[in-house]
Amino acid sequence: MEKSIIISGFGGQGTLFAGQVLAYAALDAGKHVTWIPSYGPEMRGGTARCTVTISDEEIGSPLTRNPSAVIAMNLPSLDRYERLMQPGGLMLANASLINREMDRTDVRGIYIPAARMAEAIGNPRLTNMIMVGALLASEKILPLDVVKKSLKEHLPARHQKTLPLNFEAMDQGAAFVKDAVVA
Amino acid sequence: MAKELLKGNEAFAEAAVRAGVEGFFGYPITPASEFLEYMAKRMPALGRAFLQAESEIAAIHMVYGAACAGKRTLTATSGPGVSLMSEALSYIAGTEVPAVVVNVMRGGPGLGNIAPSQSDYNQMVKGGGHGDYYPIVLAPATVQEAIDYITLAFDLADKYLSLVYIVVDGNLGQMMEPAELPPMRELRKVPPEWAVSGAKDRDPNILTSIYIDPPDEEVTNIRLLKRWLEVEKNEIRYKEYELDDADIAVISFGVAGRVCLSAVKTAREEGVKVGLFRPITLAPFPRQAIEDLSKRVKRILVVEMNSGMMLQDVKQAVAGRVPIEYYGRMGGVTPFPEEVLDEIRRVNENDEEIPDGMERVQWLERLEERIARGE
Repeated sequence: MEKSIIISGFGGQGTLFAGQVLAYAALDAGKHVTWIPSYGPEMRGGTARCTVTISDEEIGSPLTRNPSAVIAMNLPSLDRYERLMQPGGLMLANASLINREMDRTDVRGIYIPAARMAEAIGNPRLTNMIMVGALLASEKILPLDVVKKSLKEHLPARHQKTLPLNFEAMDQGAAFVKDAVVA
Repeated sequence: MAKELLKGNEAFAEAAVRAGVEGFFGYPITPASEFLEYMAKRMPALGRAFLQAESEIAAIHMVYGAACAGKRTLTATSGPGVSLMSEALSYIAGTEVPAVVVNVMRGGPGLGNIAPSQSDYNQMVKGGGHGDYYPIVLAPATVQEAIDYITLAFDLADKYLSLVYIVVDGNLGQMMEPAELPPMRELRKVPPEWAVSGAKDRDPNILTSIYIDPPDEEVTNIRLLKRWLEVEKNEIRYKEYELDDADIAVISFGVAGRVCLSAVKTAREEGVKVGLFRPITLAPFPRQAIEDLSKRVKRILVVEMNSGMMLQDVKQAVAGRVPIEYYGRMGGVTPFPEEVLDEIRRVNENDEEIPDGMERVQWLERLEERIARGE
């Protein structure tokens, strides 16, 4: 099984870091994984996105045109990937910054007021971790506790104090998805 | 040592450190700069030489000097940097000293752009500098292969007193992937006997690339060619995937090769008998293996991130036995596996002959249609 996940947003929204959290957890879970950022002559406030591919087998392309899951942190990302997603794919949208739902009906869309939820926890920079929690609760990629353990192991010592809030953000993202599914 | 999640450029640089590189000389250029930045921190900490030169031309002459002194040395740059270095690369080849050059290829010609490309195939594989010489060219496709082949590059350079080029693209330089670094090798304690390392108690060694008398130059050329023929005999490397029962062989190197691997796997799930042949040594080129392959398959699809440069070498090896088709992206565009899958499906349905030279004409028509669709 191979999952290709694109995490896309403005620079500063933590898209590359969110992808690395998944990549480290995949490594620790014994999976094959690639993480690749978009790179180019970018400017502040420009697009930042990465593609994470997780597989049980050797991974060919680190890039994909048609992802199976997308975390859209802003509207341009939703606009771009709505038309490119695989049928049956999953779009997780940061509804705090995205004021529309998708037109496509063959793709699952989950709209999470993630930036507002992050502010409520105490730091808007946790938006990406809310989205990661939501992704893990929606798709069988990796168990949430594996990702948490991995984050604890790979986060540099000077950032360890941020772990409880990061975990809280992941839990809230996961809980939001579970409530949404029940509703 | 366990696998770690490693970023391409940094992993390559650390691999060079562990292979025992004693001097790094370079000049920054995207997308190779992280290699130099990593070395700027790492080499002085180990008491080894790091120098950011005033230009690529100066940097490669420092490599030349260090190589003559019998030190393991390398530089990392991108295509425009290799162009500037070309004169000295020829001198290094002519002096018969070992050196390693990493080219993180970008879109060109000219200033071009910084996006991933394979447009320097001819520059690297066909020589680049003047005169009668043959560099060894390695094209890894994964972070692990890059680590392994950087280590190998130094050994090949020493063994054959040769230039060894490692060609990658920005995708591999920028991506992270689990890989394992080798243990740190000890530095060489005694310089090679040919090195200009101080002539105490022995006759001086003279290293030069000038042979004024043509018969002397010819003797040198014969020596270089004999060494190259040994390289061709011993050092060809490639990787095959799902070729045992294949009707279609995709031939592709580097990151383009791994893009093709994804497409091949999906096509296999659809029942298409397709496999992948991925050259790792672009020079020496796996000519015999491709000739043998062309006797087993019905059709060949070559995929590159350039205008069809390796295609010419494949055509020479296949010698018209089976039709060859081409697909490529240029200018710093990386093909997606979905595009290559379309091509494999199309090739699978196509049983027409392709007149010599038409494979690129037909490809350009398909490419322009694809671009017109916004892909």
